[in-house]
Amino acid sequence: MKPEPWWDEFTIEAEPTDRLLDALHYVKWYKDGTLALRRSCAHGICGSDAMLINGRNALACKVLVKEVAPKVTVEPIRGLPVLKDLIVDMEPFFEGYKAILPFLINADDPPDRERLQSPEDRARFDDTTKCILCAACTTSCPIFWGDEQYIGPAAIVNAHRFIFDSRDQGAEERLEILSDQSGVFRCRTTFNCTEACPRGIKVTKAIQEVKRAVMFRRF
Amino acid sequence: MTTHHTYDAVIVGAGGAGLRAALEASKDVKTCVISKLYPTRSHTGAAQGGMCAALGNVEEDYPEWHAFDTVKGGDYLVDQPAAILMSKEAVDAVIELEHWGFPFNRTPDGKIDQRRFGGHTRNHGEAAVKRACYAADRTGHMILQTLYQQCIRQDVRFFNEFYVLDLVASKEGRAAGVVAYELATGELHVFRAKSVLFATGGYGRMFKVTSNAHTLTGDGMAVCYRRGIPLQDMEMFQFHPTGIYKMGILLSEAVRGEGGIIINSEGERFMERYAPTVKDLAPRDMVSRAIYQEIKEGRGIDGKDYVFLDVRHLDPVVIETKLPDVTEFARIYLGVEPLTEPVPIQPTAHYGMGGLPTNTDGQVVGGARERPIPGLYAAGECACVSVHGANRLGTNSLLDIVVFGRRGGAHMAGYAKEADFAELPEEPERRTSGVLRGLLTGTGGDSVADIRAELQEQMFDLAGVVRREDGLRKMQGILGGLHDRYKRVVVMDKGKVYNTDLMEAVELGFLLDCADTLVAAALARDESRGAHYREDHPLRDDAHWLRHSLSYRQPDGTVKLEYKDVKMGPYVPMERKY
Ligand SMILES: Cc1cc2nc3c(=O)[nH]c(=O)nc-3n(C[C@H](O)[C@H](O)[C@H](O)COP(=O)(O)OP(=O)(O)OC[C@H]3O[C@@H](n4cnc5c(N)ncnc54)[C@H](O)[C@@H]3O)c2cc1C
Ligand code: FES
Repeated sequence: MKPEPWWDEFTIEAEPTDRLLDALHYVKWYKDGTLALRRSCAHGICGSDAMLINGRNALACKVLVKEVAPKVTVEPIRGLPVLKDLIVDMEPFFEGYKAILPFLINADDPPDRERLQSPEDRARFDDTTKCILCAACTTSCPIFWGDEQYIGPAAIVNAHRFIFDSRDQGAEERLEILSDQSGVFRCRTTFNCTEACPRGIKVTKAIQEVKRAVMFRRF
Repeated sequence: MTTHHTYDAVIVGAGGAGLRAALEASKDVKTCVISKLYPTRSHTGAAQGGMCAALGNVEEDYPEWHAFDTVKGGDYLVDQPAAILMSKEAVDAVIELEHWGFPFNRTPDGKIDQRRFGGHTRNHGEAAVKRACYAADRTGHMILQTLYQQCIRQDVRFFNEFYVLDLVASKEGRAAGVVAYELATGELHVFRAKSVLFATGGYGRMFKVTSNAHTLTGDGMAVCYRRGIPLQDMEMFQFHPTGIYKMGILLSEAVRGEGGIIINSEGERFMERYAPTVKDLAPRDMVSRAIYQEIKEGRGIDGKDYVFLDVRHLDPVVIETKLPDVTEFARIYLGVEPLTEPVPIQPTAHYGMGGLPTNTDGQVVGGARERPIPGLYAAGECACVSVHGANRLGTNSLLDIVVFGRRGGAHMAGYAKEADFAELPEEPERRTSGVLRGLLTGTGGDSVADIRAELQEQMFDLAGVVRREDGLRKMQGILGGLHDRYKRVVVMDKGKVYNTDLMEAVELGFLLDCADTLVAAALARDESRGAHYREDHPLRDDAHWLRHSLSYRQPDGTVKLEYKDVKMGPYVPMERKY
């Protein structure tokens, strides 16, 4: 049986320059050890601690206490089953990621040395290589909340990363997947995802580019 | 209830080393990867600056120059055949990553671009050379992503958020499997295997100021150490000179590779005095000590314990395009604008050169005679091959993890194809359930957080950049007390589901054991070499100390030290000047 969700309130002292993650650690370490959250790197690079912070998705390790004090609410990210406190089931999210074939597809025999790629071609997909799979974008998307089938912004970002890589030959295959019911056209351009991305990826722009690629098969 | 699994090859850890090993092993035998984190959360993803290989794309360069730098950078505690092998295989390793889609920065003619890094020089020390291949300042992120993507393509089996807490050995001393704790359910799992490879990363969390993730707690090393396997060169721990003041978050050496400098309170570029040829691009141990010295002599900023990293003279376009992440770190965490302000930095605990002793096929080897322990492997930061000796050069670890991850993965698969399963002892999980029960029933003692905080603070002061006999002795006493308190530690969460409180307690136990070995080996080594600097013995002493330490756990918990020779080669130890 699942217990009903509840709120707990804690009052602690923290430096203005502490991370919100430090504050959560303080609660966990000194007030309530049962508080469950994921975290590892503590500087915004591993993607573990996306949560809803004062109503907006962000990484707890990238928000400073001074930005949210004196009172802050944290909740688990939305649209994925909550397992305990701030921990959600990430499997559906990673399934979406895997669905878009997130690996370089190129049937040619590779040369002895590196494949050449001009700096301009490399720049074409630079932005979307930054994704850390934290799910902040996907779980900020109202379409994703309402429709479990929607593959979500993060998966599309990662599709973009390969579709626009001049070395990749799998674009057709991926566009086929993305033009499907659950694919890219579910996006209603609400821009929540772009605001939520802790890596500053222009998520909506990437989605628009993928939409255009699906329509015109040009990339 | 315990669940049982059977795989030919079990890999523990899903950072760069574990994933690279998995790609190799899973081609040939039934393989799984067990990781306490989702693979993409591993700390390999935090690596910034680059991975080196003598491609010669930008400047003339040869693997032999790279090998020399590695040996000299490691202050001659490097096993030279391993370093020579690594620098040769580096070129193929980089090309392989490129073929797998790694998005390297490119030269105008489309080749992989390269940049300078500390200690990497042309022709045996003439000048800095451009050897580091990179993707902006997120090279590790791209390695982790690329390897994970290939694992998806190859359908590698993962057990995520499973903590390996014990190694299972057969009576005749072969690896027979591991015991893991499933975080989601609190259940134990026994994985039976023909070969087991540990790739659990570093242990920087024993220090207060560190660039390492909260989860880098020396698990694989401590697990093996408790089963009688020695840890090699544990006294060799690297402090990276440019961590964000107080927080320790890394600002990559690439900042200096692109032309950044370090200045003291007088605005002086003091590395010109310490390393006249390569200056700010001297190896990390030297720069960290120079900072320590400047602070000691009163030239820290405002008399405090930090100095400045300065990039104000660089082209803003270079900063924004080649160093976007570290620039953002300074902005977010310090509120400093690097384009116009210098950035407060201090040395941060960064990388453990020591670890499970292995040969170049990733086999864990015991004792001075280096007999392989059948079926047991290690790769990456938790292993000690030893290619980093007493001080790792920047960009050599990302290289290490792919080169020796591949070699370990290949060998463990070959072994598993030939070998039978070793006999499992009865109830292999017994010891682990005992440990967990003990932690869950502890009453009236200290909290994990208090013990850990004291460990980190004291280790940073007494076993950090500069060490002395009295300080290390004091630290040994402190560690004894911390172990006693740990026996009575209280875990607040008694539940089964996502009990991260319990796992933090387990991790603290691992850290304490690793700290024991570090301090014991540092106390014994009365010389200064690489990252190990003894103020009371400031010179290198090749006659006595050109050898690797091996720390063994004694039944009473104390450390017994043994030594083995360094494998020499073409490079004769000389004074380390830059
Ligand atoms: C901030 C930073 C920047 C760096 N920059 C560079 C650089 O530019 N160039 C360079 O060459 N090197 C760099 N390094 C060093 C390099 O990144 C690391 O040494 C290397 O990535 C370690 O890889 P690994 O695979 O051994 O371990 P990690 O990537 O740390 O992975 C460890 C894995 O083990 C798993 N694990 C741990 N314990 C357990 C357990 N008990 N049970 C199950 N799984 C477990 C974890 O889940 C994780 O998957 C940097 C390091 C840091 C900290
Ligand atoms: S803890 Fe790694 S992203 Fe926040």
